[in-house]
Amino acid sequence: MATAVKEKEVFKMKDLNLWYGQNHALKNLNFSINKKEITSIIGPSGCGKSTFIKTLNLMIYSAGNVRMSGEILYHNKNLLDNKIDLVSLRKDVGMVFQKANPFPKSIYENVAYGPKIHGIKKKSELDDIVEESLINVALWDEVKDRLNAPALGLSGGQQQRLCIARALATKPEVLLMDEPTSALDPISTIKIEELALELKKDFTIVMVTHNMQQAARVSDETAFFLMGELIEKKDTDKLFANPSDKRTEDYITGRFG
Amino acid sequence: MTNQSEAVKERLVKKKNKRSPEFRGKVIILGSAGVIIIAAIAITLFLTSKGLQTFIANGVSPIEFLTSTNWRPTDENPVYGAVPFIFGSFAVTLLAALFAAPLGIGSAIFMTEIARKWGQKFLQPVIEILVGIPSVVYGFIGLTVIVPFIRDHIGGLGFGLLAGTIVVGIMILPTVTSIAADAMRSLPQNLRDASYAIGATRWQTIYRVLIPAALPSLLTAIVLGMARAFGEALAVQMVIGNARNLPDSLVEPAATLTTIITLNMGHTTFGSVENNVLWSLGLILLVMSYIFIVIIRFLSARRKV
Repeated sequence: MATAVKEKEVFKMKDLNLWYGQNHALKNLNFSINKKEITSIIGPSGCGKSTFIKTLNLMIYSAGNVRMSGEILYHNKNLLDNKIDLVSLRKDVGMVFQKANPFPKSIYENVAYGPKIHGIKKKSELDDIVEESLINVALWDEVKDRLNAPALGLSGGQQQRLCIARALATKPEVLLMDEPTSALDPISTIKIEELALELKKDFTIVMVTHNMQQAARVSDETAFFLMGELIEKKDTDKLFANPSDKRTEDYITGRFG
Repeated sequence: MTNQSEAVKERLVKKKNKRSPEFRGKVIILGSAGVIIIAAIAITLFLTSKGLQTFIANGVSPIEFLTSTNWRPTDENPVYGAVPFIFGSFAVTLLAALFAAPLGIGSAIFMTEIARKWGQKFLQPVIEILVGIPSVVYGFIGLTVIVPFIRDHIGGLGFGLLAGTIVVGIMILPTVTSIAADAMRSLPQNLRDASYAIGATRWQTIYRVLIPAALPSLLTAIVLGMARAFGEALAVQMVIGNARNLPDSLVEPAATLTTIITLNMGHTTFGSVENNVLWSLGLILLVMSYIFIVIIRFLSARRKV
């Protein structure tokens, strides 16, 4: 049943359904996510957007009592096959969470964590990765003199950028961001958005957001979810200027949600 | 208008009524706190004054007391050297901690990280049962099972530090396990998520993220277990052999501060040297328990970083 996946498609969902126990949380999702683009997922609380993003690196399994059907093709590999190696999948598909969650270790150790567990031992190599990752998230200049200071001493915005650096350190292809700015002040939010636009040159980004302006500002494509269904997904400009579904229009004009 | 503001003013001014339930509650709570504080201070003062009698009234040299390995209180020239008992207490405590820490922390991790449901359902009640068993029962089981086993399979009389260590180790196991399990449970879920999302396995997450994050609390669990081991008297007395000299090996009879006190308290006269030196041993126990408390305070202060 291998479905042909176009070169620019990183993920392709085919009739993806997900149940938490009896609760049908994702319903017949059929769409794809393009390479080196930012795809935003918007929708009201409980629409399944966070659930969906967690299926892309199979973090959804830790929720327990989850059943899925259909296919999630990552390149040509169906993630719902039994033989998926979670370790290498998550090396390729990094994730950043809603609330910055650095480890209670030093800044250096936070970034070096990924490469270390994936088997890199050489100090010089680790040093290079840490530097490169921190430069990538524009944090290097702020922390280069205190790499051994505890990560929890950084500000909220810095912590979130550190978490992005930590995810980038395994050299992933995709970066999943689950409402990465919802706990941040406006200035830190702008920094993360600028960073996302910068990172898009090298990475494919999927971003769940509550904030429609954010989706409009940063993403190339936007998908609107409602009650577990994909209502529509198209170029961000088109979706906001000219939604084809009444429900999308009601949501983006603030009539509900 | 004026009437209304007068009424408001009337209502807002605090009334001085000492019989109000508010005041009574305050007295009861303050009273309870006061009793506990006074009791702690009184015990400390009493034990200190009794413990120092040996050196002040009976003229026993404190240096001899703390350095001599001879304990012959009934000789013509009595010698009071507490070193064998101090050594015994520390040996039993440290070895019991060495035995209980890996087991306790291991089962805590099993309960909280590996088999949550199973752990809650079966392991938690098992630990509660272990806590509830009286220490004399532990001692009795040690005497009938562990002592003969050591005698037959390892050597010696069976009575000794090893038997004491095993019995006390099992006794402090539930303390260590339950505090360690609380520590693991109180770690935020997002630490686990972060580690798994980078591709760490469960074991990598446990030993690289969770154990280091919980380390101060895990150390507190061990120290609390050690404090309990240090103070345990009855069960140890039943299996340690109660010899008054320094043991040469783990299977030779020994004694601890607590066992010597319980053994001799009954047949010494109140006020005599033989009795006073027991108070001095008690004073050492008290000082040690204060040191344990200071260590725990220090560890929990570090946790708040």
